[in-house]
Amino acid sequence: MVTSVTSFSRTGLSDWLIQRITSVILLAYFVFVAYQLGASVDYTSWKDLFDQTWVKVFTLLAALSLAAHSWIGLWSVFTDYLTERLLGPVGNVLRLLCQLGASLALVVYVIWVVVIVWS
Amino acid sequence: MLQVSLYRYNPETDDAPYMQDFSVDTEGRDLMVLDVLELIKAEHDGSVTYRRSCREGVCGSDGLNINGKNGLACISPLSESVKNNKLVIRPLPGLPVIRDLVVDMSLFYAQYEKVQPYLQNATPAPAIERLQSPEERAQLDGLYECILCACCSTSCPSFWWNPDRFIGPAGLLQAYRFLADSRDTATEERLAKLDDPFSVFRCHGIQNCVNVCPKGLNPTKAIGHIRGMLLSRAT
Repeated sequence: MVTSVTSFSRTGLSDWLIQRITSVILLAYFVFVAYQLGASVDYTSWKDLFDQTWVKVFTLLAALSLAAHSWIGLWSVFTDYLTERLLGPVGNVLRLLCQLGASLALVVYVIWVVVIVWS
Repeated sequence: MLQVSLYRYNPETDDAPYMQDFSVDTEGRDLMVLDVLELIKAEHDGSVTYRRSCREGVCGSDGLNINGKNGLACISPLSESVKNNKLVIRPLPGLPVIRDLVVDMSLFYAQYEKVQPYLQNATPAPAIERLQSPEERAQLDGLYECILCACCSTSCPSFWWNPDRFIGPAGLLQAYRFLADSRDTATEERLAKLDDPFSVFRCHGIQNCVNVCPKGLNPTKAIGHIRGMLLSRAT
């Protein structure tokens, strides 16, 4: 078994399952948003839509899903290409820097969504 | 005349690998790629180096990258391999080259060793043999036929990037071969060793392995079964 300290859930099965569940949530959310945009949208109807609690919860769920899904995907990319095996010792530094940058960005995005939707 | 381009590299004399061109007279016959290599070695350059043994697709020695696709040279006819009268032969991708078309398979075998590819049974051995029903035996079809030629694992990008962590399609096919065996009692221990983000789950299901397997096996399907078993035992 390969030890990993930076993967989302530490186990391959959980990461795999989370990525699939979050992709279903994201698909549902994007279909929902596309359907709303397909109808005639103006400021009032859009605000009324997002004033409903279930839409806020759904949006927060989609944001959290996007963060988890992105982290698992980006973690796979970073651990494929930014490794000591491919780049030497600098690979480890680059990978950790990219992981730090990506995790910070995702946390900021989730907080930003919360501020926009719940304020 | 068939135009053949061969990957050449002798670490004792060459600074870097290069491609060497040969014009080979096949006399219009639909030879196997291995026959062409034999012709080159016999009539053009005796220093051309490659592995071969049974020459009938059983030993798995002559896995090569033939016109961009991994396969066994001995059972790859020119009629299916040559494009525009050109044949480009390279070693299997992703493994260190020892010389010309011979690669170092140590990483491949290390991953194979990880899955403990032998029957494990904690119960006392019976007097004659451990029996299986025809249905239980049928579970091994499509798994036991693997000849470990490495065509699948060396066509897999996940194995290229993480050959020390991702077991690869060949190793995982064998992992499932013993997980599916009714006589094996080490299922839990085997699965516990596979539940990390690399060993199994670095497979993204692109099916390069299925596309190149010279024995027509389906490692992606076996990997799916392993995922299903891990999911079934999870809480």
